[in-house]
Amino acid sequence: MHPAKSVIFFTTGSGAGYGMLVWLAILALMGYQPADSAYGLVAFGLAFGLVAGGLVSSTFHLGHPERAWRAMSQWRSSWLSREGVAAIATFVPTGLYALSWIFLNENHTFSAPVGLLGAFLSLATVYCTSMIYGSLKTIPAWHTGWTQVSYLVFALMTGAVLLWFVCVIFALPEAITLARLSLFLLVLGLIVKVMYWRSIDEAPATSTIESATGLGKLGKVSLVEAPHSEDNYLLKEMGFRIARKHANKLRVIALLLGFVVPFALIVLALYGLPQLQTPIAILAVVAGICGIVTERWLFFAEAKHVVTLYYGESRV
Amino acid sequence: MTSLPRKSPRQKLGLVIDLDICVACQACAVNCKEWNTSGHSAPLTDMNPYGKGQNGVWYNRIHSFEAVDVKTGDSQTINFPKSCLHCEDAPCVTVCPTGASYKREEDGIVLVNGDICIGCKLCSWACPYGAREYDETEGVMKKCTLCVDKIYNETLSPSSRVPACVSTCPVGARHFGDLGDPHSEISRLVEARRGFALMPEQGTSPVNRYLPPRPKQHQKPKEQTPRMLEHKDDSTDGAGLLARWVDKVLSA
Repeated sequence: MHPAKSVIFFTTGSGAGYGMLVWLAILALMGYQPADSAYGLVAFGLAFGLVAGGLVSSTFHLGHPERAWRAMSQWRSSWLSREGVAAIATFVPTGLYALSWIFLNENHTFSAPVGLLGAFLSLATVYCTSMIYGSLKTIPAWHTGWTQVSYLVFALMTGAVLLWFVCVIFALPEAITLARLSLFLLVLGLIVKVMYWRSIDEAPATSTIESATGLGKLGKVSLVEAPHSEDNYLLKEMGFRIARKHANKLRVIALLLGFVVPFALIVLALYGLPQLQTPIAILAVVAGICGIVTERWLFFAEAKHVVTLYYGESRV
Repeated sequence: MTSLPRKSPRQKLGLVIDLDICVACQACAVNCKEWNTSGHSAPLTDMNPYGKGQNGVWYNRIHSFEAVDVKTGDSQTINFPKSCLHCEDAPCVTVCPTGASYKREEDGIVLVNGDICIGCKLCSWACPYGAREYDETEGVMKKCTLCVDKIYNETLSPSSRVPACVSTCPVGARHFGDLGDPHSEISRLVEARRGFALMPEQGTSPVNRYLPPRPKQHQKPKEQTPRMLEHKDDSTDGAGLLARWVDKVLSA
């Protein structure tokens, strides 16, 4: 599948933003977050910036961005529509919770129900995003439970790392809690990603050129002539091929930058050089962004669509 | 509303394509373009039509496949036209977030309302058959309309009220009719020729059917088939004196 930049930024950015909103609420309720105005402003500002930026960026690949509001209407059948509805709905409780945190310095008593509702809706939105891809039977690499699991885990993981970063910048003692939480989620994320790759590598073909053409009874089927001498829309959108050539190298890069390097740097900041934790946190966030963007790029670029069976692919 | 119609459509209009006789002349694809570029979802935009990297909207494409019998080595070329299969359980309809994509209750035709389509392309991801096209200049999705503006057009003679691809096919490889009615001519044809659906495992229940190539008849045994000329022929048997001498000199 063609990895559109706008969609990569949307899924990674909004995922991290929702992850931050979840941890802000949950950790505050557990007493691990200060009800501080400046910190709240920066943390919620970053989270909402990522969520809103991601949502706006997702409209860039539309043919008619000005009609995007129409996408709210078909929540009965469409996961994309559900995602839109959930995203808008999430702004209400998370926005109220942020206002209470920043202006009333209150984040764990009367604002608790709103905070919890916001955390729940944030996770629901990430789940809807994952189902846009997970519900497509035509793309077997996405049509697996690992898609939903990885979107949820990566949102929580990137959200935790970013919140740790904000805590480090504000030199809060809560940075230690978030560092430990991030370490746990980075290990979990790594396991989930490796399991996802194993599952798509070992999955049997769901469709073949024989089932696509119905000609299997006559023998081994292959394409002798494509309909066009040039690439058409289908091949440009769904016949993306560059990734598979470098898939293994890119997988290693994604694992190192997205999980291993941030893990090592957080350990260093926690136990090795706490006096240098700010530059270390910056490095960890930069590496993590590069890693997770590579991971998401591969998620699209590696996925094969069954329509390619009509263009020379033999099994998908 | 992009949920599928609750009741099964009264009619299931669709195409039956005979893979036995299609000669891949491309007439159906060309006439489809001709009719539809001024029809329901007009125009069928072409990008850069006279330069390098031509690209454009097509509802109908003709692929050619080869099937090789692994045991005998016999091969067969099958020309394979493909357009929207107007699925009963159309995933392109249910994924649409705006309601632009819909399946008609009266005849099962799957259409796009270009006035509310946002061009998110998700329907093209959901379709296993590549029936969805993105019009880059208009920013909306387009697809085969089964010539909805032709098959009900009372200004045309009744015999012309069939999709453009069907009326133009010079060998009669394309048939149009109600596949929901088991007694219709087209349903009986599918029955008699054991017509099949494409990728049934995708669960889309396509309406269109394909008729398989008929078995080859009067196949000659191997010893009666004409000899193959090898590209490199070492023998000079039957050659004249001069030719044999030249061969000897050149082979030295």
